[in-house]
Amino acid sequence: MTTTLYVSRDSAALALGADRVVAALMAEAARRGARIRVVRNGSRGMLWLEPLVEVVTEKGRIAFGPVMPEDVAGLFEAGFLTGGKHALGLGLTEQIDYFKRQERLTFARIGLTDPLSVEDYQAHGGFAGLKAALAQKPSEIVETVFASGLRGRGGAAFPTGIKWRTVAGVEAKQKYIVCNADEGDSGTFSDRMVMEGDPLMLIEGMTIAGLAVGATRGYIYCRSEYPHAMQSLQLAIRLAETDGFLGEDILGSKRTFHLEVRKGAGSYVCGEETALLESLEGRRGIVRAKPPLPAIHGLFDQPTVINNVITFASVPFILAHGAQAYQDYGMGRSRGTLPFQLAGNIKQGGLVEKAFGITLRELLYDYGGGTLSGRPIRAVQVGGPLGTYLPESKFDAPLDYEEFAKAGGTVGHGGIVVFDDTVDMAKMARYAMEFCVVESCGKCTPCRIGSTRGVEVIDRIVAGEKRDTNTALLRDLCDVMVSGSLCAMGGMTPNPVLSALDHFAEDFSKEPVR
Amino acid sequence: MTVIIEDEEISAIVTPLQGMPGALLPILHALQDRFGYVPEDSVPLVAKALNLSRAEVHGTLTFYHHFRRHPVGRHVVHVCRAEACQAVGADALVEHAKKSLGCDFHETTSDNAVTLEPAYCLGQCAIGPSLLIDDEIHAKVTPARFDALVKGLRGGAK
Repeated sequence: MTTTLYVSRDSAALALGADRVVAALMAEAARRGARIRVVRNGSRGMLWLEPLVEVVTEKGRIAFGPVMPEDVAGLFEAGFLTGGKHALGLGLTEQIDYFKRQERLTFARIGLTDPLSVEDYQAHGGFAGLKAALAQKPSEIVETVFASGLRGRGGAAFPTGIKWRTVAGVEAKQKYIVCNADEGDSGTFSDRMVMEGDPLMLIEGMTIAGLAVGATRGYIYCRSEYPHAMQSLQLAIRLAETDGFLGEDILGSKRTFHLEVRKGAGSYVCGEETALLESLEGRRGIVRAKPPLPAIHGLFDQPTVINNVITFASVPFILAHGAQAYQDYGMGRSRGTLPFQLAGNIKQGGLVEKAFGITLRELLYDYGGGTLSGRPIRAVQVGGPLGTYLPESKFDAPLDYEEFAKAGGTVGHGGIVVFDDTVDMAKMARYAMEFCVVESCGKCTPCRIGSTRGVEVIDRIVAGEKRDTNTALLRDLCDVMVSGSLCAMGGMTPNPVLSALDHFAEDFSKEPVR
Repeated sequence: MTVIIEDEEISAIVTPLQGMPGALLPILHALQDRFGYVPEDSVPLVAKALNLSRAEVHGTLTFYHHFRRHPVGRHVVHVCRAEACQAVGADALVEHAKKSLGCDFHETTSDNAVTLEPAYCLGQCAIGPSLLIDDEIHAKVTPARFDALVKGLRGGAK
């Protein structure tokens, strides 16, 4: 009898040695005459347990992790293929508390299936959304997405249905669907996990968008730092085309949608939608003034739906199960779920998909288990490098776009970066300005020049030079950046700076190091 | 060592791609994939193929961090220095990397084996510090692990 094992091909697992573990498993199995088959799945998102090895048994999939190549012989010795006990044993994967308590709608298949198997994809509900969409009028698809309450998951949280409605309502020879896969925010990796772990879902979501607004061509703009995601997207596109889910005459419907992956080139600001469009057109990633909106004058000046990976990836569920099924999750005006990403100094880092409304405290302690270092959590940055630094007093605010904003935070793309009490917040504030120096596109002076001045002013404050005057100057500078920048790069860089100053002022007034 | 790159070699890369919509980035990527950097001599050829000015091609080429205009070492190591990796010791790893390689960011080791570059997030934020060696990703990299990885790169000529 052949036993099936699952070892992830997600780049997080690869980064921790999954390929070497697979090689060790194959070699040890051959040596013992055991018959095994290893499927390379996406990651279950429990990244501190990677490389995770799952064994298929009658009771379900049993997990072992983190497994190193040197553990493999011991696992065989313990009879792990037939339910034998081992110190790395975690029981049934889906009964692991961290996993069991999640509400996985978008990530339902990720970690369960082989990302590059159309058969596996369909066996687990894949393409049900596309089939439902093909049976509807385009306007019905748009209204379903609108009714679901889905908002842009890239961070801006603009209602997806309204964006699609706008594009659908414009007459044009060629419309485009563009996926923003330039996931540059530190602390975020959910887009990457979708592209590597369930690329067909993204393809399906974009195809549905194409049907809804009448676009026949789409681009996925993927950052160059994600070589594994690029590769799996390219392979998945080819698979979908071969099986008739993409390209000409989709599933015999006479409808067309072509999809292409384009590689970014290491520019953070290209995650801003208008800069991304400039880049796709072959120019410098310089932000455009809005209006005109990309929905009307987008890629190559044509009406364009541009959404984040998770936004498109949420669409197949909505079409397959109906707007209400998605709408049922969440709170207030934040409907559905968000894949939160626990990152930085965290014991149990990884992906947690939950309905909006969960608090930071629950995520940090109930899921994350506190810091990796074992020291107290001092600061948490939510929503990427442009998000605010929050102290513990803010941990009970519910993660909902509006409610969290009231507490001074930004939900953004759902990335949560944890720092313990050894962090120097003046240094983090300086880094925020420095990052803006490196990544500003240069269009707006407050962002281009202001960030350099910001680094200098923070250096003076830290050095103890006229602290009150320079602190006032820094606040003034931030005010100019907020009011005088076209996009979030300059407009939100003050978030981490000012929140560090407001909540962790003591770090700016330490005895200067001479 | 100066390597002469023939115009024909550049054109062979540019010509098949020039008809794509928004062809400039794909062309620059293809050139860099082939030569390890985008040769200066290719700028006028690309400009001509796409009906752009040299300034436009130069502007685009120099805007993006990913594109290089000079040859690099046999391997490129990108060390992440974004917030999530900083929270678990990226700064110390960066310092160690610079010291152990004897070069700063954007520089190459004296044996031409490794070019060191900063990265602003490699998407491994839960298991930092992380780095990319060419297209190979590594996480939870300690200074000792860094040395072991780099030793393999510097060992023999490729």
